[in-house]
Amino acid sequence: MLELDGLRIEQGDFRLSATLAVNTGARVAVIGPSGAGKSTLLGAIAGFVPLVHGAIRWQGAPIDRLAPSQRPLSILFQDNNLLPHLNIFDNVALGINPALRLSADQRARVDQALARTGLSELAARRPAELSGGQISRAGLARVLLRARPVILLDEPFAALGPALKRDMLDLVQSIATEQGATLLMITHDPGDALRICPQTVVVADGHAAPAADTKALMAAPPPSLAEYLGPG
Amino acid sequence: MRSRVELPWRRRLPAPAWALAAAVVLLLLALNFGALGAVFWRAEPGAAVFRPADWAALRFTLVQAALSALISVVLAIPVARALARRRFAGRRALVVLLGAPFILPTLVAVAGILAVFGRNGLVNQALAWAELPGFSIYGLQGVLLAHVFFNLPLATRLILQGWSRVPAEHLRLAASLGFGPAAMWRHIEGPMLRQVVPGALAVVFLICLTSFAVALTLGGGPRATTLELAIYQAFRFDFDLGRAALLALVQAALGIAALLALASFTLPAMAMTGLDRTAPPPPGGLARWVDVASITLVALFLLVPLGMVVLRGAPHLASLPAPVWAATLQSLKVAGLSVVLLALFTGALAMAALWSRWGQMLEGVGMSALLASPMVIGTGLFIIAFPLINPARLALPVTALVNAAMALPFALRAILPALRRAEADHARLSTSLGLGLGAHLRLVLWPRLRRPAGFALGLGAALSMGDLGVIVLFAQTGGETLPMQLHRLMGAYRTQDAAGAALLLLALSLAAFVVLERLIGGKEPHHAGT
Repeated sequence: MLELDGLRIEQGDFRLSATLAVNTGARVAVIGPSGAGKSTLLGAIAGFVPLVHGAIRWQGAPIDRLAPSQRPLSILFQDNNLLPHLNIFDNVALGINPALRLSADQRARVDQALARTGLSELAARRPAELSGGQISRAGLARVLLRARPVILLDEPFAALGPALKRDMLDLVQSIATEQGATLLMITHDPGDALRICPQTVVVADGHAAPAADTKALMAAPPPSLAEYLGPG
Repeated sequence: MRSRVELPWRRRLPAPAWALAAAVVLLLLALNFGALGAVFWRAEPGAAVFRPADWAALRFTLVQAALSALISVVLAIPVARALARRRFAGRRALVVLLGAPFILPTLVAVAGILAVFGRNGLVNQALAWAELPGFSIYGLQGVLLAHVFFNLPLATRLILQGWSRVPAEHLRLAASLGFGPAAMWRHIEGPMLRQVVPGALAVVFLICLTSFAVALTLGGGPRATTLELAIYQAFRFDFDLGRAALLALVQAALGIAALLALASFTLPAMAMTGLDRTAPPPPGGLARWVDVASITLVALFLLVPLGMVVLRGAPHLASLPAPVWAATLQSLKVAGLSVVLLALFTGALAMAALWSRWGQMLEGVGMSALLASPMVIGTGLFIIAFPLINPARLALPVTALVNAAMALPFALRAILPALRRAEADHARLSTSLGLGLGAHLRLVLWPRLRRPAGFALGLGAALSMGDLGVIVLFAQTGGETLPMQLHRLMGAYRTQDAAGAALLLLALSLAAFVVLERLIGGKEPHHAGT
């Protein structure tokens, strides 16, 4: 279980608090207005945003003092998930060996991750030679390869078209299911949440609410979410 | 061939503005290419004229420029890295201080460097106290020291821009994947530096290639003479116009070759960016101490000489002799006229470049001053003027004109991008609202332009105030500017008067920059936090 216990974050005038728990293997959407603090919340979990107060625990053990790379999680950002000067194979391989001196076994694992995400043929290409969807797949291949128990997605598919985004969400869902991973995914689209996340955390008014059933939430949204979603 | 599509809302420049732009273009072409043409015409070709001393000057020019570039950039890398990844009180002030050498008169910096590293400077005093042998600053080592003083900050700012353009996600990715120093260097820092360092090397090399005032004061002698200094010596000591022109021709060829090389490199924009990014926590241990040492040493290297200029100059400021004040008045006239010309040139060219199909060409004319150094242009103008008029009578207007032309490329680089962005953002809105040219300039463009314009004109004023270049070819006794007078005082070992004059020049250059930047640029607009 991932627990955020009495979390308080302050950045200048901005304040965010959160107390919530996410069960192991759960898939949770994080939704809320722009500037509400969704990325800040994920950044705090990943170790990029300092906490003023509170604790983050995974399976009962505190992780908020660990360096980002020591935390049991993988994160995908909205942009710049790949290094432009490395080919796709090396970009994915960074997930298990930053020095890129790979053993035969490690090479085989990278090949498997690329095959699983449909990128085997593109392994030698650089990011600039790939489409947006292929770049997203490469990021997911690295997440798959790292096999960390928590996956954080900071809107990595926001720039994709609807059909491509659906494909990516399905791929995320299947990877998370295969690995039994806990997924937290920021989205602006209620459809994304309904598609792969049975639970949703609403971030609004400086507060991240505990995870609630996505369908029930969308059917009868609280005022802060209703205002964000708009009529209809 | 694709024909140009004229958009129905495209604004057109009125005829008087076109006439002004055409006059500016003709003047700049005559100044830059006319001077080069005169040099070419007067040069005496052949190895018999290019003496061994001239070959030595060519060799020294190249060697000192290459070494200055290498040392400045190599030292700048750890400083830029420390500034990029550390947050500390005074960091912003230090980054601002790194911009100070742009507006610092060369002779003031030399006076500060002499106070620290000169025969009676702090370092030699400390060595004597420790009963260790002292060292002489004059020669290659002094030229390199002064060039590093000016260009280490520039290289640091260029490389810092490169660091600030590394996406924050890459730094987070590196932290998330547990990159050690080796992986960080290989995957993040190395690729960025491979892009930025060649351009930084080329810029510093190009700047040092035209070194005159530094070589005049800290070099000299057959073993430490640059081409620019050799041109001056051919004028002053031999009055050999043919040889001066030949040297100027070689200098111009070198400059153009270096400029063409520079054009093939990418340079990061020089702006106050990279100061507010949230990056993962920086590494501790040895890396922390390396960063602390880098920042401390560069701050001392810049601040101690400037501090010495203030400390040594303050007691003598009130008792400066009358010729210093006369020279100050002359410098104020030169700087004032230069700023007026710079504003005229920049305004006319920028507007014409924005609203005409010859925008690129007009911008190119404005940049053409980069083709030749002030000393080369001065040589050409002297050759043209000498048979017609006493050159001393032209000292003030020619110096102001050359200074304005030399500052024009910087001004256009500051203003044109802002102008084009403003036009791209609001031209259609302005047209749809029916704003005329005057209202468009006042309400749409000027609010976006005034800050870069203030910066550019402030820079132009400070550069002109501290310039010791073309004036030395034209001015005679009684017509000196303040930098020229300071040079004479230093040469005559009138150290107290020189110290006072150096402080006066420093204060005037800083004041010229700050006053114009504030007066024209206005206050920084308040931005709401995000």
